[in-house]
Amino acid sequence: MHLPVWRFGKPYESLERDTLVHFLTGEPVAEVSRVGGAIVGRDLQKAAQARRALLAIDPEEIVERLQTAGNLYANGTVTVGDTKQSPDDFVKQQSATTGLPESLCRANMQKNMFVLSSMDRILDALSRGLDPTILWRGHGAEHRGVTVSYQAQSPVLGLVLPSNSPGVHTLWLPVIALGVGLVMKPGSQEPWTPYRMAAAMVEAGIPAEAIALYPGTTDVGASILAGCRRSMIFGSAKTVDQYRGNPGVQVHGPGFSKIILGDDCVDDWPRYLDTICESVAINSGRGCINASAVYASRHTQAIAAAIAERLGPIEVKPPDDPEAKLAAFTIPGAAKATWQQIEGGLKAPGVTHATAPYGDRLVEGERCGWLRPTVVHCASPEPDIAKAEYMFPFVSVVECSQERVLDCIGPTLVCTAITGDPAFTARLIDSTHIDRLNLGAIPTTKLNWLQPHEGNIIDFLYRSRALQMPAAG
Amino acid sequence: MAGSASTPPQSDKLPVFEVACEEAVTKARAVLDAHTVETMAWHFHESTGCPFWLEYAKGLPFNPLTDVKGFDDLKKFPPFEDEWLRGGPVRRWVPQGLADQPMYVFETGGTTGTPKSRVNSRDFRTDYEMFSDTLPDRYFPRGANWLMLGPSGPRRLRLSIEHLAQYRGGICFCVDLDPRWVIKLIQKGWMEHLEAYKQHCIDQAITILEAGHDIRCIFTTPKLLEALALALEKKGTTIGKAGITGIFSGGTEFTPQWTRFAVEELLDGTYMTPTYGNTLMGLAASRPVVPADGYTIAYYAPQPRAVIEVVDFDDRDAVVSYGGTGRVRLTTLTKETFIPGFLERDEGERERPYVAYPWDGISGVRPFRELAATTTVGVY
Repeated sequence: MHLPVWRFGKPYESLERDTLVHFLTGEPVAEVSRVGGAIVGRDLQKAAQARRALLAIDPEEIVERLQTAGNLYANGTVTVGDTKQSPDDFVKQQSATTGLPESLCRANMQKNMFVLSSMDRILDALSRGLDPTILWRGHGAEHRGVTVSYQAQSPVLGLVLPSNSPGVHTLWLPVIALGVGLVMKPGSQEPWTPYRMAAAMVEAGIPAEAIALYPGTTDVGASILAGCRRSMIFGSAKTVDQYRGNPGVQVHGPGFSKIILGDDCVDDWPRYLDTICESVAINSGRGCINASAVYASRHTQAIAAAIAERLGPIEVKPPDDPEAKLAAFTIPGAAKATWQQIEGGLKAPGVTHATAPYGDRLVEGERCGWLRPTVVHCASPEPDIAKAEYMFPFVSVVECSQERVLDCIGPTLVCTAITGDPAFTARLIDSTHIDRLNLGAIPTTKLNWLQPHEGNIIDFLYRSRALQMPAAG
Repeated sequence: MAGSASTPPQSDKLPVFEVACEEAVTKARAVLDAHTVETMAWHFHESTGCPFWLEYAKGLPFNPLTDVKGFDDLKKFPPFEDEWLRGGPVRRWVPQGLADQPMYVFETGGTTGTPKSRVNSRDFRTDYEMFSDTLPDRYFPRGANWLMLGPSGPRRLRLSIEHLAQYRGGICFCVDLDPRWVIKLIQKGWMEHLEAYKQHCIDQAITILEAGHDIRCIFTTPKLLEALALALEKKGTTIGKAGITGIFSGGTEFTPQWTRFAVEELLDGTYMTPTYGNTLMGLAASRPVVPADGYTIAYYAPQPRAVIEVVDFDDRDAVVSYGGTGRVRLTTLTKETFIPGFLERDEGERERPYVAYPWDGISGVRPFRELAATTTVGVY
């Protein structure tokens, strides 16, 4: 199988190709054409055509086509590269190169399909009921009769995509429905979702010239960021720092998502164990929305022991086992290096390893490695490991007074705060460290798609500005 | 490359270029062997050698003047360490036989720490004069003016290109570019500044190209060439329409795919010749880059003045088979500089002798795998 570069609808076979191999066997799974940044820079000079092609179609029709695309993506056989690909093929291929169990690949597929099939409701919620034709024409009358204008800030959204979790693709799925094209650099191990999604969209009638895919070297990412006036990049904390304050770049880095048990609820902690364990371990703990810390003022050792009792025994299973819950670290040595880092963190004063009684956490394979769920207890928020986030089910249970907790948690993508205390709730609502806030026992991983995630994509792609016209008459 | 005496196993792939005949290869080898003996006589004779080598020879278990009877005997030298080139006194590298000549010093590296230095009197001119003979007049017309859009400062390139232009009867316009600053920008992650600096260079280049100086030839790097082509395209023109007929370009980023993209989409018919070179070696020309050969870029060192061999990663004295992959080993044999068997920071595939260069070549040059992760490739 070969995945060519997709230059706004024109397939391009590079002379240079990367071979993706099965993480367990090393057998080739696909070849992916690889290009450099210049080709992106050149194509982006014609990016306006992507938006023009979308605007030529009625916005409601676009939404209907995206819903069809969602169905094709999840259930149909579509042509991806030079090959017909069924949903089962897709799941096996994605699992083979990312190390994710097939069951988790299927779950992510359903998540993506849900977003596409619910696109009308999602757009309505994100735009606060705006008539979609206003985004197409640039101006119009709101339902209150007030003239509003929304100006597209870029004809395309640039995307530098990750390989770790296919779930993140839900973030960009609404973009086409907003009349903005897509320029993507797929993750090197996970080109599958962008390619299959693009193929499904085109088959459903989305103009091929609205979508571009450039697998390639790091300078492809740099060219996308330099050439697209609006881009989304997924990366490490360093990447987040690098683009902080750049209005044209939305950075998605580590989530450092957390659960806080308020003083009023913490004595009932066993009631919330399901919520905590789901937040930590679902999707193999790979997402930025997986909880990496639980904060409480008391019972923390008992909480850590109880989470460890639930998650600690989880074993590595073959990727096609329906019960498999753990993804592999496919880069040789990565699991071991991560575990060594954790072992270093465990040596700090006040830190204990709650999953130690459940056997070795590091499992090394011939070509890859796994880390079994790991729970640590921190007697205070000070140790570095209290602020750590890793690409597997890992959680620090941190003892910290409710008074201090909001000063200690640091950046938090999703915070589930289990409290009924109005004063603490008010402080949580005001905390600028927290992006998404769940008030009550909602897993951090349970997203309401009708709510914005890390900023509203419409606010990122469009500028709401004044537009006046002389009164009729 | 040397075209070693013991013939290594051959790959089955049939070459699409004109391979040099056995007789030409043998003749070139004889010239190299004789040149090696002459070079030893110069560098290791008290009256002509430089202080460094004369001192070094005292500790060798052989006599370079009598025990080196051909190129293969250079293996007797221990590995050349480029660290020796860092720091002074720089005069220790100046051969006594050239002590009264005006000397240049050219630097390589130096983004952090002390750069490596190579003294130079006339070598850079000789290298570029020899290279000039490989340039087709049709695309690099005699008397045409040049633009040098590449690293300037203490590197040899700026003077070399200027000399090349003058040697061909033209005048060279130059744009300043500090690659050490570029590398720092990349290492600091200041990508906006990097982009702005690149744009600053490209703006100057376009201003010169539009100033009516009848510039027909350019030296530039692949990164700057693509930036220049895209900037011209934004202005509704092309490299070809700007009057450029020939481009001489160099850098390890010359991949077949990049070259194909440049030929198909950036150059608008302008001829481009890739080169591989550095301060220590000189300049290796490429055989013609053609689609039928998969846009393979194969370089041939300016033998006998410099020799490049593709050697086994674990055995620096074993040349790999044709088509095999190995590390670049460089030997420089000029009157100004002697560098035996220096392991370069690049790797590539061994290529068969070409009719115009009847000795081994190298293709697919890229940063050596063990150093690639720590190598910063700039815009230059």
